[in-house]
Amino acid sequence: MAKPVEVTEQSFDQAVLQSQEPVLVDFWAPWCAPCRHLAPIVEELAGEYDGKVTFTKLNVDEASSIAAKYGIMSIPTVMVFKGGQAVKQIVGLRPKRDFQGALNEVLS
Amino acid sequence: MDSEYDLIVVGAGPTGMTSAMFAGRSNLKTLLIERMVPGGQIATTSTVENYPGFTDGIEGPDLSEAMLEHAKKWGAVTTFNEVTGIRVEGDYRVVETPDGDLRAKALIITSGADHRRLGVPGEMEFMGKGVSNCAVCDGAFFADSPVAVIGGGDGAIDEGLYLTRYASKVTVVHRRNELRASKILAERALANPVMDFAWNSVVQSINGDKVVESVTLKDTASGAISELPVEGVFIYVGLVPNTDYLKGMVDLDSGGHILVNPRMETKISGVFAAGDIRQKAARQLVSAAGDGATAAVSVRNYIKALAG
Repeated sequence: MAKPVEVTEQSFDQAVLQSQEPVLVDFWAPWCAPCRHLAPIVEELAGEYDGKVTFTKLNVDEASSIAAKYGIMSIPTVMVFKGGQAVKQIVGLRPKRDFQGALNEVLS
Repeated sequence: MDSEYDLIVVGAGPTGMTSAMFAGRSNLKTLLIERMVPGGQIATTSTVENYPGFTDGIEGPDLSEAMLEHAKKWGAVTTFNEVTGIRVEGDYRVVETPDGDLRAKALIITSGADHRRLGVPGEMEFMGKGVSNCAVCDGAFFADSPVAVIGGGDGAIDEGLYLTRYASKVTVVHRRNELRASKILAERALANPVMDFAWNSVVQSINGDKVVESVTLKDTASGAISELPVEGVFIYVGLVPNTDYLKGMVDLDSGGHILVNPRMETKISGVFAAGDIRQKAARQLVSAAGDGATAAVSVRNYIKALAG
């Protein structure tokens, strides 16, 4: 199953903003143990949307300027980018269906 | 994924994970279905200090990951989906999901409880912009900032103490004039120099422009209104059982908790309920796990009796 790619401050522009296909970014931090619980859901989604959406994760400690730019004050937060714009934001541990709904809207 | 099982467990909190582990060890083909993420309440709890055997405590998320692994080790299959209803079809107990029906000989309902909302202006608008139900997720974003914790029970005080690692000041806003939390936690909180207390106070609104800047408090005795400047608001005002999808199928008490017999069986044979979703005197992690074991043993006996 597809594993989300870790993006950094250096790779964010190219990997997320310049991407041809929509990109899901999972904002997390090593100290946020609950964030780990989202991983199995994100991995399932990565399998379901393989070839349609790029799955990434971003460590808010290491890429703090990006987290600040998008006003991240709660993690896990999942954002979906399309054409360089943040088009969806889902805060917290949410049902898988919420993520599928956001991705389906972005793809439609 | 198959659509037919011996047992379907609805909810992967500590009760459900324990049920699934016991059922797996009884060679029951078991599906554990979870709406959100595994772990239930302990997925977002900082340190669990009262689970027997862990003398120095254990982080809630670490324990929940271990419980899930334990259930999987004995064959339980997990899936992430929402249960929208249950029904009886002859010998089958059917679980309804948006992706179709799943069938089993028996069900254990362990869908637990969610955080109660305050229901005040600003609460939903600022969710993720200063309002949180998860101190271990978001505490680090409030380094050297003042925060408020709403509530006076174990959850509020435990997570409030965790927040003192980061925040410049943690004000506990409580509607009574003494804490309901267990004595050990209350004493620790009252002695903590970073903690402050707004007694006899209720939140009227959570205010800010783009992010939280303050909460408006009302003194329940005098009626006086005051403004408390904070950047974070952590809400722990109790729990509401997740029984909406069971609509009329099982008996509930006035608080919405399911009534079961000592075998954890509801009024529908083959449908069991355990953990925080059922009416009970103690809502602790160890009793939740114990409920899960009792329900799984009952299911084993029920299925054995079905086979004749």
